[in-house]
Amino acid sequence: MRTFIARRLLLLIPVLIGVSVFVFALTRVAGNPAAAYITERMGPQQIAAIEEQYHLNDPVYIQYFYWFNGLIHGDWGYSPTSHLPVTDSIVAFFPATFELSLVSIVIAMVVGIALGTVSAVRRNTPVDHATRIMALAGVSLPIFILGLILQNIFAYRLGWFPLVGRSNDLLYLSSDIHHYTGFLLVDTALNLDATRFWDALMHIALPAITLSFGTIAILTRIMRGSMLEVLGQDYVRTARSKGLPERVVIRRHARKNALIPTTTVVGLAFGGLLGGAVLTETIFAWPGLGFWSAQATLHNDSAAIMGFTMLTAVIYVLVNLIVDVMYAYLDPRVRLD
Amino acid sequence: MAKAKPTQTEESKGALDSIKRSLRPRIREWRFSLYLMRKSLLALVGIAIVLSIIIIAIFAPVFAPVPPTPPGRDPMIIPQDFQTPVPPGAPKPADIGGGTFLFGSGPLGTDIYYGVIWGSRTSIYISLYVVALAVVVGLVLGAIAGYYGGIVDEALMRITDIFLSVPALILAMAVVAVLTRSLENIMLALTLVWWPPYARIVRGQVLTIKENTYVEAARAVGAKRMRILFRHIVPNSLSPVLVNATMDIGVVVLVAAGLSFIGFGPPTGYAEWGKMVSDGQTYFLSIVNYNGQQLNPWWIWAFPGLFIFLFVMGFNLLGDGLRDILDPRLRR
Repeated sequence: MRTFIARRLLLLIPVLIGVSVFVFALTRVAGNPAAAYITERMGPQQIAAIEEQYHLNDPVYIQYFYWFNGLIHGDWGYSPTSHLPVTDSIVAFFPATFELSLVSIVIAMVVGIALGTVSAVRRNTPVDHATRIMALAGVSLPIFILGLILQNIFAYRLGWFPLVGRSNDLLYLSSDIHHYTGFLLVDTALNLDATRFWDALMHIALPAITLSFGTIAILTRIMRGSMLEVLGQDYVRTARSKGLPERVVIRRHARKNALIPTTTVVGLAFGGLLGGAVLTETIFAWPGLGFWSAQATLHNDSAAIMGFTMLTAVIYVLVNLIVDVMYAYLDPRVRLD
Repeated sequence: MAKAKPTQTEESKGALDSIKRSLRPRIREWRFSLYLMRKSLLALVGIAIVLSIIIIAIFAPVFAPVPPTPPGRDPMIIPQDFQTPVPPGAPKPADIGGGTFLFGSGPLGTDIYYGVIWGSRTSIYISLYVVALAVVVGLVLGAIAGYYGGIVDEALMRITDIFLSVPALILAMAVVAVLTRSLENIMLALTLVWWPPYARIVRGQVLTIKENTYVEAARAVGAKRMRILFRHIVPNSLSPVLVNATMDIGVVVLVAAGLSFIGFGPPTGYAEWGKMVSDGQTYFLSIVNYNGQQLNPWWIWAFPGLFIFLFVMGFNLLGDGLRDILDPRLRR
């Protein structure tokens, strides 16, 4: 197991270097990368200083070397969009995105596994058909349209939820809250602050539901398929024939085993969540990485684009590695050699 | 007596017969596929949606006639009356066609119905362009990698690793970010990120198929490598590509609309669904006065949104049906 992880980690290095070359090439192919730093008030000397600072007069491969060197030493450049260095921006925006992704993946797992199980157990009944149609709609409905529908009905018309943002700023005028983790739900709970916790929960509800919808659809489908397969296995028949109640057979014997393929999909869905977060955060003005990167791309903020893409690649490949390891851990038949 | 030389017609008749004979199993296969297709309700619904959208796109000038003035106008630019948005059913000025705004009007009085109808052309254009190019590139590279193996294969697979390590939307966003904002650049960016999965699929297929005895037979009779690859191996590895391509037509529209929604697409007024939805978002909290009524203009984003949904759903259903039909393990 340990050698497997070590080898996979080593294999990730060329991939990530490849991503860095690609991303770097992108920002040098078009336009002047200094453009984002130059303002109208700058004179030619200041522009020259900026070009000097970012090594823009050197050959491209030297520039890449400087950039890559900075990358591994924690200097990811400066993002004019957030008025912060890229690394600081990531630190500032990451908790919001992570919290949103986590809540939505929890929603997706609970709903998806339940729907998939019901769908498989009651195969070819109206419940099954309704679930399948919903799952189909889930992968076909653009996430930004679902977001707009939920926002329009539940926030704008009914007023049950706040329209945008992560918290009500008025609640944070006095700074008597200690930020332990950066996750608002956790921090407010740790501070035993019911008002702010409720506020954070209300703010995260709609974006999290929006983001989870596509994942629910995928999970339901996979869960249904693997549940159907497991229900046809001999050990399920044995469990039934020794007179166990159907509920126990499904929960203890069938569902546990059907969950194994589902875990891999959760990992893959995580990549979808990162992509979906860009759109969801844009709709709900959620102050996370996706919102920041969308703004940055619109403003030609190349340092931020490079940083965000690199970060996404790192997270994505690591999550997939964790999923593979977990798979072997959950299913003893899988050997990692 | 010397053998009579067959006449010209006999010869061509013989050739025709042999073609017919060789085609017979294929035709039987297609008939069977069609039969399976007819049995699947969801696939039929998918076909119906897809056909409707194609008909709407082809007959766009019939469904939403281009106003005669000014002469030579670009039909993809939505006609507008430069008024505040009005709800569905409100009267439409005569100079942009007359009648009513079927789906209401959007920013500066753009005709939503017109935009939705002509937008179907944009969506079909984007998705066919991206998927066709991605399939061709993926097919050629994947086939070569799978067939030749070795360093070529290794290098190509590592390149696809790089592309697959970043979600498509984010990679496409990075690409469009450095280009100027236009529909063409969205298509370019999507093509650039869309081919690697196809290369992977084709490579996998080629790896299994090249071990088949008929490939060995072709090699034994002295067929050239390229001929074996593109005449014997590639045609037999196409069904998963076809299934994926069908579904991807919908997904490309989804991602393109997303990029357009964020703000990388064409300017307001162009018949493109994603942009029309994002226009609707700018009116999200506003109220328009219409005949003394206070209305929130939901129609600006709802109708183009509905069409994106139908388009993606149609191709998903069709692709799902195709998979059941083309997968030999799932049929019979």
